[in-house]
Amino acid sequence: MGVSRDVKERLRRLEIPFNRFGVDRFGVSRKHLSSAFGFFAWFYRHYFRVNVHGIDHVPARGRGMLIGNHSGGVALDAAMTLVSLLLEMNPPRLGHAMAEKFIATVPFFGEWTNRCGHLSGLPEHAVKLLEDERLLLVFPEGARGTAKLYRERHSLVEFGTGFMRLALQTGTPIVPFAFLGGGEAIPTIHNSQGLGKLLGAPYVPITPYLVAWPLPVRLDIVYGAPLRFEGSGNEEDETVMGYVDQVKERIAELVDRGRKIRRGTLTTDEGAS
Amino acid sequence: MRVLIPGICGKLGQMVARRLVDTGHQVVGIDRRRWPRAPEGVEVHHVDVRKRAAEDVFRRFEPQTVIHMATVSHLQAADEERYRINLGGTRAVFNHCVAHRAAHCIFVGRHTYYGAAPDSPLYHSEDEPPMGLGAFPELADLVSADLYAGSALWRFPELNTTVMRMCYTLGPTGHGTLATFLRGRYVPAILGFDPLYQYMHERDVVGAICAAVDRRPRGVFNVSGPQPVPLTVIARETGRTVVPLPEFVFTQSLGRFGLPKIPRGALSHMKYSIVMDSTPFREATGFAHEVDEVQAMYEFKCAFPAEKATP
Repeated sequence: MGVSRDVKERLRRLEIPFNRFGVDRFGVSRKHLSSAFGFFAWFYRHYFRVNVHGIDHVPARGRGMLIGNHSGGVALDAAMTLVSLLLEMNPPRLGHAMAEKFIATVPFFGEWTNRCGHLSGLPEHAVKLLEDERLLLVFPEGARGTAKLYRERHSLVEFGTGFMRLALQTGTPIVPFAFLGGGEAIPTIHNSQGLGKLLGAPYVPITPYLVAWPLPVRLDIVYGAPLRFEGSGNEEDETVMGYVDQVKERIAELVDRGRKIRRGTLTTDEGAS
Repeated sequence: MRVLIPGICGKLGQMVARRLVDTGHQVVGIDRRRWPRAPEGVEVHHVDVRKRAAEDVFRRFEPQTVIHMATVSHLQAADEERYRINLGGTRAVFNHCVAHRAAHCIFVGRHTYYGAAPDSPLYHSEDEPPMGLGAFPELADLVSADLYAGSALWRFPELNTTVMRMCYTLGPTGHGTLATFLRGRYVPAILGFDPLYQYMHERDVVGAICAAVDRRPRGVFNVSGPQPVPLTVIARETGRTVVPLPEFVFTQSLGRFGLPKIPRGALSHMKYSIVMDSTPFREATGFAHEVDEVQAMYEFKCAFPAEKATP
């Protein structure tokens, strides 16, 4: 699976100050990005056929936090969202997800996630990336979100508040988005915690065909208009929870819009508004 | 200005002394080692900084600024001796500074203070505690010396104290831990890990210390130069051959087959990055590095070509 000319060209246009060796100040490597995006772009275009609505809401430059719902039992939603930023935006942008801390200890895997821009999930990393005017991808549902069963695929579980304090502290606009189709791609009927313990993961999703290999279904990503909140990040929990609820409501609306788009009762233009 | 440099005979100490003399300062040094061809204008006293004779130098010279560079790492001295030099020496330097009314004391420390760990953030800020001691106890004396020097900020308010946490050095002198590690033709690495290394050309290290002498910033400061580079890139660009070994093989091979003998704790430095944010130092002193990461590697490569290195 070679890297297409289009992906190479878009990686070349990333507005990231790579040094002569193709590495930026956070260790992001053009070579590693090329391999990773070459692989995932094929799935994005040919396996899933991802449809993106409202990509113009993502800021072309400057800091931003993409806040969305989890959809699918593995990190399919994060991977396809990151590819959408590279393939659909002009100029293309690199999104940075926050990696689970244990990943840094795993040979090769830790190195690859770092080189692709996904640093360990430490607040210090998030602040540094935002201060460097990067795009951060956050799923506030956390592991609870990826554990949704097929019948719960359009629901939202409890949101963490860390992302909101970070946004307030760094004055970062929040771009809400909805990810749809992950639940159909990986129709989880059960989460095996016993198997997860054996593999060092919180759980392993079980599908009707047992393994969590994603089916080739259509995926939709609906981006909404940026939300801005004023504050320092040191507000009372109650205040922050109020802001978080506003983001959650907005994402729920975007999920509804996405469902209508998928059913064909809403046009793409309406869905993106 | 009258500047006293304990530890003047190290490579960096000599370079700092030369730069200060060239810019019109009066320089006196203290060191147990010799500096056979010390330049004119540099007076070197062959004494131990912990001994009474060293205090006599303070008394007679009455330095306005003291640059404390008389510390050693685990690569240079055994445990007992290292504790005596780093802790006893640092205590003596600060006490003499206060007793003989020096206005400014600069402690030249190391960025390894922060430790390397999987949950260690990139771009450390100065307020972070030392987190790597559990895995790498051989750093304890240097970390303690750093904290002891920092305590002078409140213990001796009349003494302006600057604690500098310097990143690795890389350049044509071959000075420092990183340069020593890269001396051979083959550079061992742990398979599946490629940490970022932050280094400065020695000319910039000297520039940063001289900027601290001139601008006298008070506090603890990270000092770094260009952006960090992955270890494998450094090895490749300096003409070395990287030998990636699985961790258990690496651990068993330390000190054998031409591989360096390093403490087990140092393995974490080959897996995880220590990268600092030096913005406060740059803002306080106006320091800007002159040599980028590419030029520093090139100069090291020219000075120590791989083909002439021992395997």
